[in-house]
Amino acid sequence: MLQLAERQREFAAALLDPARPMPDGLVGPDGEPGPKRFAVYRNNVVVGLTETLKDAFPAVHRIVGADFFRAMARCYVTLDPPRSPILLDYGAGFPDFIGQFEPAAVLPYLADVARIERAWTEAYHALEASPIDPGVFTTVSPDQLPAMRLGLHPSVRVVHSPFPALTIWQMNVSDGVPAPVDLAAGGEDVLIVRPMADVEVRSIPKGSLEFIQALKDGRSVLAALEAGLIANPHFDLSANLSDLMRAGAVVDYSLAPDVKRT
Amino acid sequence: MPLPSTCAKDRIPAGGGVGLKAEHYRAIVEQRPDIGFFEVHAENYMGAGGPPHRYLSAIRERYLQRLNQLIRRYAPGLFSEHLAWSSHDSGFLNDLLPVPYTAETLARVVEHIDQVQNGLGRQMLLENPSTYLAFAESTYSEIDFIAEVVRRTGCGLLLDVNNVYVASTNQEWDPIAYIDAYPLMHVQEIHLAGYTREADDKGRRLLIDTHNRPVDEIVWDLYAHAIALMGPLPTLIEWDADVPAWSALKAEADRAEAIMLATKSKAVRHASAR
Repeated sequence: MLQLAERQREFAAALLDPARPMPDGLVGPDGEPGPKRFAVYRNNVVVGLTETLKDAFPAVHRIVGADFFRAMARCYVTLDPPRSPILLDYGAGFPDFIGQFEPAAVLPYLADVARIERAWTEAYHALEASPIDPGVFTTVSPDQLPAMRLGLHPSVRVVHSPFPALTIWQMNVSDGVPAPVDLAAGGEDVLIVRPMADVEVRSIPKGSLEFIQALKDGRSVLAALEAGLIANPHFDLSANLSDLMRAGAVVDYSLAPDVKRT
Repeated sequence: MPLPSTCAKDRIPAGGGVGLKAEHYRAIVEQRPDIGFFEVHAENYMGAGGPPHRYLSAIRERYLQRLNQLIRRYAPGLFSEHLAWSSHDSGFLNDLLPVPYTAETLARVVEHIDQVQNGLGRQMLLENPSTYLAFAESTYSEIDFIAEVVRRTGCGLLLDVNNVYVASTNQEWDPIAYIDAYPLMHVQEIHLAGYTREADDKGRRLLIDTHNRPVDEIVWDLYAHAIALMGPLPTLIEWDADVPAWSALKAEADRAEAIMLATKSKAVRHASAR
Protein backbone atom coordinates (compact mmCIF):
# COMPACT_ATOMS: atom_id res chain seq x y z
CA MET A 1 0.00 0.00 0.00
CA LEU A 2 1.19 3.48 -0.82
CA GLN A 3 2.10 5.76 2.05
CA LEU A 4 -0.17 8.76 2.56
CA ALA A 5 2.59 11.25 1.70
CA GLU A 6 3.35 9.47 -1.57
CA ARG A 7 -0.38 9.32 -2.34
CA GLN A 8 -0.69 13.08 -1.82
CA ARG A 9 2.43 13.76 -3.91
CA GLU A 10 1.13 11.86 -6.93
CA PHE A 11 -2.36 13.36 -6.49
CA ALA A 12 -0.94 16.91 -6.41
CA ALA A 13 1.39 16.34 -9.36
CA ALA A 14 -1.42 14.97 -11.53
CA LEU A 15 -3.71 17.86 -10.56
CA LEU A 16 -1.42 20.51 -12.01
CA ASP A 17 -0.19 18.57 -15.05
CA PRO A 18 -2.99 17.48 -17.40
CA ALA A 19 -0.49 15.32 -19.31
CA ARG A 20 -0.04 13.03 -16.30
CA PRO A 21 -2.45 10.14 -15.95
CA MET A 22 -4.84 9.95 -13.01
CA PRO A 23 -3.27 8.06 -10.08
CA ASP A 24 -4.40 4.46 -9.57
CA GLY A 25 -7.06 3.51 -7.06
CA LEU A 26 -9.27 6.60 -7.34
CA VAL A 27 -12.67 5.11 -7.92
CA GLY A 28 -16.40 5.63 -8.29
CA PRO A 29 -19.04 3.77 -6.28
CA ASP A 30 -18.57 0.65 -8.44
CA GLY A 31 -14.87 0.47 -7.54
CA GLU A 32 -13.85 1.36 -11.10
CA PRO A 33 -11.50 4.28 -11.92
CA GLY A 34 -13.34 7.54 -12.56
CA PRO A 35 -11.29 10.00 -14.67
CA LYS A 36 -14.15 12.52 -14.83
CA ARG A 37 -14.32 12.39 -11.06
CA PHE A 38 -10.63 13.22 -10.77
CA ALA A 39 -11.10 15.95 -13.38
CA VAL A 40 -13.43 17.77 -10.95
CA TYR A 41 -10.49 18.36 -8.59
CA ARG A 42 -8.17 19.25 -11.47
CA ASN A 43 -10.69 21.76 -12.75
CA ASN A 44 -11.38 23.22 -9.29
CA VAL A 45 -7.71 23.95 -8.70
CA VAL A 46 -6.96 25.46 -12.10
CA VAL A 47 -10.21 27.43 -12.38
CA GLY A 48 -9.89 28.66 -8.81
CA LEU A 49 -6.37 30.00 -9.34
CA THR A 50 -7.25 31.43 -12.75
CA GLU A 51 -10.16 33.30 -11.16
CA THR A 52 -7.85 34.59 -8.44
CA LEU A 53 -5.56 36.02 -11.12
CA LYS A 54 -8.48 37.45 -13.08
CA ASP A 55 -9.69 39.31 -9.98
CA ALA A 56 -6.19 40.63 -9.29
CA PHE A 57 -5.44 41.69 -12.90
CA PRO A 58 -8.74 43.09 -14.27
CA ALA A 59 -7.17 45.44 -16.86
CA VAL A 60 -4.93 42.70 -18.27
CA HIS A 61 -8.03 40.51 -18.49
CA ARG A 62 -9.95 43.22 -20.31
CA ILE A 63 -7.10 43.95 -22.73
CA VAL A 64 -6.47 40.36 -23.85
CA GLY A 65 -10.03 39.01 -23.47
CA ALA A 66 -11.34 36.08 -21.46
CA ASP A 67 -10.05 33.24 -23.68
CA PHE A 68 -6.50 34.54 -24.01
CA PHE A 69 -6.37 35.37 -20.30
CA ARG A 70 -7.58 31.91 -19.30
CA ALA A 71 -4.94 30.23 -21.50
CA MET A 72 -2.17 32.50 -20.23
CA ALA A 73 -3.21 32.08 -16.59
CA ARG A 74 -3.38 28.28 -16.96
CA CYS A 75 0.26 28.24 -18.11
CA TYR A 76 1.28 30.43 -15.17
CA VAL A 77 -0.68 28.40 -12.62
CA THR A 78 1.06 25.22 -13.74
CA LEU A 79 4.53 26.79 -13.65
CA ASP A 80 4.13 28.80 -10.45
CA PRO A 81 1.43 27.39 -8.16
CA PRO A 82 0.92 29.27 -4.88
CA ARG A 83 3.33 28.55 -2.05
CA SER A 84 0.98 29.86 0.61
CA PRO A 85 -2.73 29.60 1.39
CA ILE A 86 -2.84 33.40 1.59
CA LEU A 87 -3.98 34.03 -1.96
CA LEU A 88 -3.65 37.81 -1.53
CA ASP A 89 0.03 37.11 -2.17
CA TYR A 90 -0.58 35.03 -5.28
CA GLY A 91 0.36 36.56 -8.63
CA ALA A 92 3.50 38.46 -7.59
CA GLY A 93 5.35 36.65 -10.39
CA PHE A 94 2.59 37.06 -12.96
CA PRO A 95 3.84 40.38 -14.50
CA ASP A 96 7.31 38.92 -15.16
CA PHE A 97 5.71 35.79 -16.58
CA ILE A 98 3.60 37.92 -18.95
CA GLY A 99 6.77 39.71 -20.08
CA GLN A 100 8.19 36.36 -21.21
CA PHE A 101 4.97 34.82 -22.52
CA GLU A 102 5.58 34.52 -26.28
CA PRO A 103 1.96 34.85 -27.45
CA ALA A 104 1.70 38.19 -25.58
CA ALA A 105 4.84 39.63 -27.21
CA VAL A 106 2.68 41.69 -29.59
CA LEU A 107 1.47 43.65 -26.53
CA PRO A 108 4.84 44.86 -25.18
CA TYR A 109 3.17 47.10 -22.56
CA LEU A 110 1.08 44.27 -21.06
CA ALA A 111 3.63 43.26 -18.39
CA ASP A 112 3.83 46.88 -17.19
CA VAL A 113 0.04 47.16 -16.95
CA ALA A 114 0.22 43.99 -14.84
CA ARG A 115 2.93 45.59 -12.67
CA ILE A 116 0.60 48.54 -11.97
CA GLU A 117 -2.20 46.12 -11.03
CA ARG A 118 0.08 44.09 -8.77
CA ALA A 119 1.28 47.30 -7.07
CA TRP A 120 -2.39 48.30 -6.63
CA THR A 121 -3.14 45.00 -4.85
CA GLU A 122 -0.09 45.32 -2.61
CA ALA A 123 -1.00 48.91 -1.74
CA TYR A 124 -4.60 47.87 -1.02
CA HIS A 125 -3.51 45.33 1.60
CA ALA A 126 -0.57 47.29 3.04
CA LEU A 127 -0.26 48.20 6.71
CA GLU A 128 -2.20 51.27 7.87
CA ALA A 129 -0.23 54.45 8.59
CA SER A 130 -1.14 58.14 9.00
CA PRO A 131 0.37 60.68 6.58
CA ILE A 132 2.12 63.49 8.44
CA ASP A 133 0.92 67.07 8.40
CA PRO A 134 2.91 69.00 5.77
CA GLY A 135 3.15 71.81 8.32
CA VAL A 136 5.82 69.95 10.31
CA PHE A 137 8.34 70.78 7.60
CA THR A 138 8.22 74.45 8.53
CA THR A 139 10.26 73.55 11.60
CA VAL A 140 13.02 71.99 9.49
CA SER A 141 15.81 74.40 8.61
CA PRO A 142 17.23 74.30 5.05
CA ASP A 143 20.61 73.01 6.22
CA GLN A 144 18.93 70.03 7.95
CA LEU A 145 17.14 68.97 4.77
CA PRO A 146 19.93 67.10 2.94
CA ALA A 147 20.53 64.61 5.77
CA MET A 148 16.84 64.13 6.52
CA ARG A 149 15.22 60.73 5.94
CA LEU A 150 11.57 60.34 5.12
CA GLY A 151 9.44 57.42 6.21
CA LEU A 152 7.16 56.60 3.29
CA HIS A 153 3.71 55.07 3.64
CA PRO A 154 3.92 51.25 3.63
CA SER A 155 1.62 51.22 0.60
CA VAL A 156 3.98 53.26 -1.61
CA ARG A 157 4.91 51.49 -4.86
CA VAL A 158 6.49 52.83 -8.07
CA VAL A 159 6.33 51.34 -11.55
CA HIS A 160 8.45 52.36 -14.54
CA SER A 161 7.33 51.66 -18.08
CA PRO A 162 8.92 52.56 -21.44
CA PHE A 163 5.32 52.59 -22.72
CA PRO A 164 2.25 54.68 -21.75
CA ALA A 165 1.21 51.82 -19.43
CA LEU A 166 -0.67 54.06 -16.98
CA THR A 167 -2.78 55.57 -19.77
CA ILE A 168 -3.56 52.07 -21.03
CA TRP A 169 -4.39 50.85 -17.52
CA GLN A 170 -6.76 53.79 -16.92
CA MET A 171 -8.58 53.03 -20.18
CA ASN A 172 -9.16 49.45 -19.06
CA VAL A 173 -10.41 49.78 -15.48
CA SER A 174 -13.91 50.59 -14.24
CA ASP A 175 -15.36 53.34 -16.42
CA GLY A 176 -12.33 53.58 -18.73
CA VAL A 177 -12.93 53.76 -22.47
CA PRO A 178 -10.23 52.20 -24.67
CA ALA A 179 -8.92 54.52 -27.38
CA PRO A 180 -5.95 54.43 -29.74
CA VAL A 181 -2.65 54.95 -27.91
CA ASP A 182 0.63 55.96 -29.50
CA LEU A 183 3.08 53.44 -28.07
CA ALA A 184 5.99 55.55 -29.29
CA ALA A 185 4.75 58.59 -27.34
CA GLY A 186 7.18 57.84 -24.51
CA GLY A 187 7.22 56.03 -21.21
CA GLU A 188 5.32 56.69 -18.00
CA ASP A 189 6.42 56.45 -14.40
CA VAL A 190 3.72 55.70 -11.87
CA LEU A 191 3.22 56.23 -8.13
CA ILE A 192 0.75 53.99 -6.32
CA VAL A 193 -0.19 54.84 -2.71
CA ARG A 194 -3.11 54.24 -0.35
CA PRO A 195 -2.89 57.05 2.24
CA MET A 196 -6.39 56.36 3.62
CA ALA A 197 -9.09 54.01 2.32
CA ASP A 198 -8.58 54.39 -1.43
CA VAL A 199 -5.66 53.35 -3.61
CA GLU A 200 -4.46 56.34 -5.65
CA VAL A 201 -2.54 55.88 -8.89
CA ARG A 202 -0.84 58.84 -10.54
CA SER A 203 1.72 59.71 -13.19
CA ILE A 204 4.96 61.18 -11.85
CA PRO A 205 7.55 63.30 -13.71
CA LYS A 206 10.88 61.98 -14.90
CA GLY A 207 13.32 61.42 -12.02
CA SER A 208 10.60 61.12 -9.36
CA LEU A 209 10.60 57.33 -9.51
CA GLU A 210 14.33 57.18 -8.75
CA PHE A 211 13.89 59.80 -6.01
CA ILE A 212 11.01 57.92 -4.35
CA GLN A 213 12.77 54.57 -4.69
CA ALA A 214 15.85 55.98 -2.93
CA LEU A 215 13.73 57.39 -0.09
CA LYS A 216 11.92 54.07 0.17
CA ASP A 217 15.29 52.34 0.51
CA GLY A 218 15.94 54.53 3.57
CA ARG A 219 18.45 56.85 1.93
CA SER A 220 18.79 60.56 2.78
CA VAL A 221 17.02 63.35 0.92
CA LEU A 222 20.41 64.35 -0.55
CA ALA A 223 21.12 60.82 -1.84
CA ALA A 224 17.59 60.64 -3.24
CA LEU A 225 18.03 64.04 -4.91
CA GLU A 226 21.20 62.76 -6.60
CA ALA A 227 19.30 59.70 -7.87
CA GLY A 228 16.58 62.01 -9.23
CA LEU A 229 19.11 64.29 -10.93
CA ILE A 230 20.86 61.40 -12.66
CA ALA A 231 17.53 60.44 -14.22
CA ASN A 232 16.50 64.03 -14.96
CA PRO A 233 18.97 66.98 -14.89
CA HIS A 234 15.99 69.32 -14.33
CA PHE A 235 14.73 67.39 -11.29
CA ASP A 236 12.90 69.81 -8.96
CA LEU A 237 13.42 68.85 -5.30
CA SER A 238 10.89 71.16 -3.64
CA ALA A 239 8.15 70.33 -6.17
CA ASN A 240 8.78 66.61 -5.67
CA LEU A 241 8.75 66.89 -1.87
CA SER A 242 5.49 68.81 -1.85
CA ASP A 243 3.90 66.39 -4.35
CA LEU A 244 4.83 63.48 -2.09
CA MET A 245 3.39 65.23 0.95
CA ARG A 246 0.19 66.08 -0.88
CA ALA A 247 -0.14 62.48 -2.06
CA GLY A 248 -0.13 61.41 1.61
CA ALA A 249 2.94 59.30 0.90
CA VAL A 250 5.04 60.57 3.84
CA VAL A 251 4.28 59.21 7.31
CA ASP A 252 7.46 59.96 9.23
CA TYR A 253 10.78 61.78 9.06
CA SER A 254 14.00 61.87 10.99
CA LEU A 255 16.73 64.45 11.27
CA ALA A 256 20.08 62.70 11.46
CA PRO A 257 22.87 65.26 11.07
CA ASP A 258 25.66 62.77 11.53
CA VAL A 259 24.59 60.08 9.07
CA LYS A 260 26.95 59.27 6.28
CA ARG A 261 25.96 59.96 2.73
CA THR A 262 24.85 56.77 1.09
CA MET B 1 -6.57 16.73 26.96
CA PRO B 2 -9.62 18.65 28.14
CA LEU B 3 -9.89 21.89 26.24
CA PRO B 4 -11.30 25.19 27.37
CA SER B 5 -14.89 25.21 26.25
CA THR B 6 -15.47 27.93 23.72
CA CYS B 7 -18.86 26.52 23.10
CA ALA B 8 -20.94 28.23 20.51
CA LYS B 9 -24.10 28.50 22.51
CA ASP B 10 -22.92 31.50 24.53
CA ARG B 11 -21.86 33.57 21.57
CA ILE B 12 -23.08 32.53 18.14
CA PRO B 13 -26.87 32.46 18.11
CA ALA B 14 -28.69 29.47 16.66
CA GLY B 15 -29.86 31.56 13.74
CA GLY B 16 -29.17 31.95 10.03
CA GLY B 17 -25.82 33.41 9.02
CA VAL B 18 -23.94 34.16 5.80
CA GLY B 19 -20.39 34.50 4.53
CA LEU B 20 -19.20 38.13 4.59
CA LYS B 21 -18.52 39.27 0.99
CA ALA B 22 -16.62 42.39 -0.09
CA GLU B 23 -19.45 43.34 -2.46
CA HIS B 24 -21.87 43.49 0.50
CA TYR B 25 -19.66 45.51 2.92
CA ARG B 26 -21.35 48.80 2.13
CA ALA B 27 -24.93 47.49 2.25
CA ILE B 28 -24.30 45.81 5.59
CA VAL B 29 -22.66 48.84 7.20
CA GLU B 30 -25.50 51.08 5.97
CA GLN B 31 -28.47 48.80 6.57
CA ARG B 32 -27.40 47.02 9.75
CA PRO B 33 -29.38 43.94 8.82
CA ASP B 34 -30.72 41.72 11.56
CA ILE B 35 -28.84 38.49 10.95
CA GLY B 36 -27.56 35.70 13.16
CA PHE B 37 -23.87 35.92 12.36
CA PHE B 38 -21.21 36.51 9.71
CA GLU B 39 -18.49 34.06 8.73
CA VAL B 40 -15.10 35.16 7.39
CA HIS B 41 -12.23 33.26 5.78
CA ALA B 42 -9.13 34.03 7.80
CA GLU B 43 -6.87 34.06 4.72
CA ASN B 44 -8.82 36.98 3.25
CA TYR B 45 -7.91 39.12 6.26
CA MET B 46 -4.22 38.30 6.45
CA GLY B 47 -3.21 41.42 4.55
CA ALA B 48 -1.82 43.99 6.99
CA GLY B 49 -4.45 46.67 6.40
CA GLY B 50 -6.76 48.14 3.80
CA PRO B 51 -10.51 48.16 3.23
CA PRO B 52 -11.05 44.51 4.27
CA HIS B 53 -9.96 45.40 7.81
CA ARG B 54 -11.73 48.76 7.79
CA TYR B 55 -15.04 47.11 6.91
CA LEU B 56 -14.60 44.08 9.12
CA SER B 57 -13.85 46.41 12.02
CA ALA B 58 -16.88 48.56 11.24
CA ILE B 59 -19.23 45.60 10.85
CA ARG B 60 -17.87 43.94 13.95
CA GLU B 61 -18.29 47.17 15.89
CA ARG B 62 -21.96 47.41 14.93
CA TYR B 63 -22.69 43.88 15.99
CA LEU B 64 -20.79 44.25 19.24
CA GLN B 65 -23.08 47.14 20.12
CA ARG B 66 -26.24 45.48 18.94
CA LEU B 67 -25.86 41.95 20.13
CA ASN B 68 -23.45 42.44 23.00
CA GLN B 69 -22.59 38.80 22.60
CA LEU B 70 -19.10 38.84 21.26
CA ILE B 71 -16.54 39.02 23.99
CA ARG B 72 -13.29 39.91 22.36
CA ARG B 73 -12.77 41.72 19.13
CA TYR B 74 -11.90 39.33 16.32
CA ALA B 75 -12.18 36.28 18.57
CA PRO B 76 -14.58 34.18 16.53
CA GLY B 77 -17.29 32.20 18.22
CA LEU B 78 -16.53 29.10 16.22
CA PHE B 79 -13.49 27.88 14.40
CA SER B 80 -13.83 25.14 11.83
CA GLU B 81 -11.78 23.37 9.20
CA HIS B 82 -12.55 20.76 6.58
CA LEU B 83 -11.60 17.11 6.61
CA ALA B 84 -9.40 17.61 3.56
CA TRP B 85 -5.91 18.67 2.49
CA SER B 86 -4.66 21.43 0.22
CA SER B 87 -0.97 21.96 1.01
CA HIS B 88 1.81 19.59 0.16
CA ASP B 89 5.49 19.67 -0.91
CA SER B 90 4.50 21.08 -4.26
CA GLY B 91 2.81 24.11 -2.70
CA PHE B 92 -0.74 25.15 -1.98
CA LEU B 93 -3.57 23.79 -4.11
CA ASN B 94 -6.63 25.91 -3.50
CA ASP B 95 -9.13 23.11 -3.26
CA LEU B 96 -10.38 20.75 -0.58
CA LEU B 97 -8.75 17.50 -1.63
CA PRO B 98 -9.94 14.11 -0.38
CA VAL B 99 -8.11 11.71 1.91
CA PRO B 100 -8.09 7.91 2.03
CA TYR B 101 -9.86 6.74 5.18
CA THR B 102 -7.05 4.60 6.60
CA ALA B 103 -5.35 4.19 9.98
CA GLU B 104 -2.39 6.17 8.69
CA THR B 105 -4.58 9.11 7.62
CA LEU B 106 -6.46 8.93 10.93
CA ALA B 107 -3.21 9.25 12.89
CA ARG B 108 -2.13 12.20 10.75
CA VAL B 109 -5.45 14.04 11.02
CA VAL B 110 -5.56 13.49 14.80
CA GLU B 111 -2.02 14.83 15.12
CA HIS B 112 -2.87 17.95 13.12
CA ILE B 113 -6.07 18.66 15.04
CA ASP B 114 -4.18 18.28 18.33
CA GLN B 115 -1.66 20.83 17.05
CA VAL B 116 -4.39 23.28 16.08
CA GLN B 117 -6.37 22.93 19.32
CA ASN B 118 -3.31 23.17 21.51
CA GLY B 119 -1.90 26.06 19.49
CA LEU B 120 -5.12 28.06 19.59
CA GLY B 121 -6.06 26.97 23.08
CA ARG B 122 -9.58 26.23 21.95
CA GLN B 123 -11.73 23.57 20.44
CA MET B 124 -12.09 23.40 16.66
CA LEU B 125 -14.90 21.95 14.59
CA LEU B 126 -14.25 19.43 11.83
CA GLU B 127 -16.44 19.58 8.73
CA ASN B 128 -17.55 16.60 6.64
CA PRO B 129 -16.30 16.92 3.03
CA SER B 130 -18.02 16.78 -0.32
CA THR B 131 -16.19 14.13 -2.32
CA TYR B 132 -16.18 13.16 -5.99
CA LEU B 133 -14.25 9.89 -5.77
CA ALA B 134 -13.15 7.27 -3.25
CA PHE B 135 -9.75 5.79 -2.48
CA ALA B 136 -9.61 2.06 -3.13
CA GLU B 137 -7.41 1.59 -0.04
CA SER B 138 -9.92 3.12 2.44
CA THR B 139 -10.68 0.82 5.39
CA TYR B 140 -13.03 3.11 7.39
CA SER B 141 -16.39 4.50 6.39
CA GLU B 142 -16.41 8.30 6.37
CA ILE B 143 -18.61 8.44 9.46
CA ASP B 144 -16.54 5.91 11.42
CA PHE B 145 -13.45 7.89 10.49
CA ILE B 146 -14.96 11.20 11.67
CA ALA B 147 -16.32 9.63 14.86
CA GLU B 148 -12.88 8.25 15.69
CA VAL B 149 -11.25 11.66 15.11
CA VAL B 150 -13.75 13.20 17.55
CA ARG B 151 -13.11 10.47 20.11
CA ARG B 152 -9.33 10.92 19.95
CA THR B 153 -9.10 14.73 19.76
CA GLY B 154 -12.16 16.07 21.55
CA CYS B 155 -12.87 18.32 18.57
CA GLY B 156 -16.42 19.37 17.75
CA LEU B 157 -18.16 18.84 14.44
CA LEU B 158 -19.68 20.94 11.72
CA LEU B 159 -22.35 19.22 9.66
CA ASP B 160 -22.42 20.49 6.06
CA VAL B 161 -25.80 19.21 4.88
CA ASN B 162 -25.08 20.08 1.25
CA ASN B 163 -21.83 18.10 1.47
CA VAL B 164 -23.80 15.17 2.87
CA TYR B 165 -26.09 15.25 -0.16
CA VAL B 166 -23.29 15.81 -2.70
CA ALA B 167 -21.08 13.05 -1.28
CA SER B 168 -24.02 10.67 -0.80
CA THR B 169 -25.09 11.10 -4.42
CA ASN B 170 -21.54 10.74 -5.74
CA GLN B 171 -20.72 7.73 -3.55
CA GLU B 172 -24.22 6.18 -3.72
CA TRP B 173 -24.88 6.46 0.01
CA ASP B 174 -28.24 7.15 1.67
CA PRO B 175 -28.10 10.79 2.90
CA ILE B 176 -30.74 10.25 5.62
CA ALA B 177 -28.82 7.27 6.96
CA TYR B 178 -25.63 9.37 6.84
CA ILE B 179 -27.18 12.10 9.01
CA ASP B 180 -28.72 9.56 11.39
CA ALA B 181 -25.34 7.86 11.88
CA TYR B 182 -23.30 11.09 12.16
CA PRO B 183 -22.07 11.83 15.72
CA LEU B 184 -24.77 14.49 16.06
CA MET B 185 -24.17 15.17 19.75
CA HIS B 186 -20.87 16.83 18.77
CA VAL B 187 -22.30 19.06 16.03
CA GLN B 188 -22.14 22.78 16.87
CA GLU B 189 -22.75 24.37 13.47
CA ILE B 190 -24.45 23.60 10.15
CA HIS B 191 -23.55 24.65 6.62
CA LEU B 192 -25.91 24.87 3.64
CA ALA B 193 -25.05 25.64 0.01
CA GLY B 194 -26.03 25.10 -3.60
CA TYR B 195 -24.55 22.45 -5.90
CA THR B 196 -24.18 21.91 -9.65
CA ARG B 197 -25.29 18.77 -11.52
CA GLU B 198 -22.88 16.94 -13.80
CA ALA B 199 -22.33 13.33 -14.87
CA ASP B 200 -19.40 10.95 -14.46
CA ASP B 201 -17.74 8.72 -17.10
CA LYS B 202 -20.63 6.25 -16.98
CA GLY B 203 -23.39 8.84 -17.04
CA ARG B 204 -24.10 8.58 -13.31
CA ARG B 205 -25.07 11.75 -11.46
CA LEU B 206 -22.03 13.65 -10.22
CA LEU B 207 -22.83 16.66 -8.02
CA ILE B 208 -20.29 19.46 -7.59
CA ASP B 209 -20.17 21.57 -4.43
CA THR B 210 -20.11 24.93 -6.23
CA HIS B 211 -21.64 27.39 -3.72
CA ASN B 212 -23.00 29.39 -6.65
CA ARG B 213 -26.78 29.14 -6.32
CA PRO B 214 -29.65 28.75 -3.83
CA VAL B 215 -29.77 25.76 -1.49
CA ASP B 216 -31.57 22.89 -3.24
CA GLU B 217 -35.03 21.83 -1.99
CA ILE B 218 -33.81 18.34 -1.15
CA VAL B 219 -31.01 19.84 0.97
CA TRP B 220 -33.57 21.99 2.82
CA ASP B 221 -35.49 18.75 3.56
CA LEU B 222 -32.34 17.08 4.87
CA TYR B 223 -31.65 20.19 6.93
CA ALA B 224 -35.10 20.00 8.53
CA HIS B 225 -34.42 16.34 9.30
CA ALA B 226 -31.09 17.24 10.95
CA ILE B 227 -32.67 20.11 12.93
CA ALA B 228 -35.42 17.78 14.15
CA LEU B 229 -32.72 15.51 15.55
CA MET B 230 -30.47 18.20 17.03
CA GLY B 231 -32.52 21.30 17.71
CA PRO B 232 -31.57 24.81 16.49
CA LEU B 233 -27.91 25.40 15.60
CA PRO B 234 -25.95 28.24 13.97
CA THR B 235 -26.54 27.69 10.26
CA LEU B 236 -24.35 29.28 7.59
CA ILE B 237 -25.46 29.87 4.02
CA GLU B 238 -22.39 29.43 1.79
CA TRP B 239 -22.75 31.33 -1.50
CA ASP B 240 -19.29 32.19 -2.80
CA ALA B 241 -19.55 32.36 -6.61
CA ASP B 242 -22.12 34.31 -8.67
CA VAL B 243 -22.87 36.06 -5.37
CA PRO B 244 -26.44 37.41 -5.43
CA ALA B 245 -27.78 40.72 -4.17
CA TRP B 246 -27.69 41.06 -0.41
CA SER B 247 -31.47 40.60 -0.10
CA ALA B 248 -31.35 37.23 -1.90
CA LEU B 249 -28.54 35.97 0.31
CA LYS B 250 -30.30 37.20 3.43
CA ALA B 251 -33.51 35.42 2.35
CA GLU B 252 -31.67 32.09 2.44
CA ALA B 253 -30.51 32.74 6.01
CA ASP B 254 -34.09 33.75 6.93
CA ARG B 255 -35.39 30.48 5.51
CA ALA B 256 -32.99 28.52 7.73
CA GLU B 257 -34.30 30.43 10.75
CA ALA B 258 -37.88 29.78 9.74
CA ILE B 259 -37.18 26.04 9.53
CA MET B 260 -35.55 26.09 12.96
CA LEU B 261 -38.56 27.90 14.43
CA ALA B 262 -41.01 25.53 12.77
CA THR B 263 -39.23 22.31 13.65
CA LYS B 264 -39.93 20.62 16.92
CA SER B 265 -36.75 18.89 17.89
CA LYS B 266 -37.14 15.33 19.06
CA ALA B 267 -34.11 15.50 21.24
CA VAL B 268 -31.64 18.17 22.20
CA ARG B 269 -28.66 16.07 23.01
CA HIS B 270 -25.75 18.35 22.76
CA ALA B 271 -22.35 17.42 24.08
CA SER B 272 -21.50 21.12 24.03
CA ALA B 273 -24.55 22.15 26.05
CA ARG B 274 -22.73 21.72 29.30
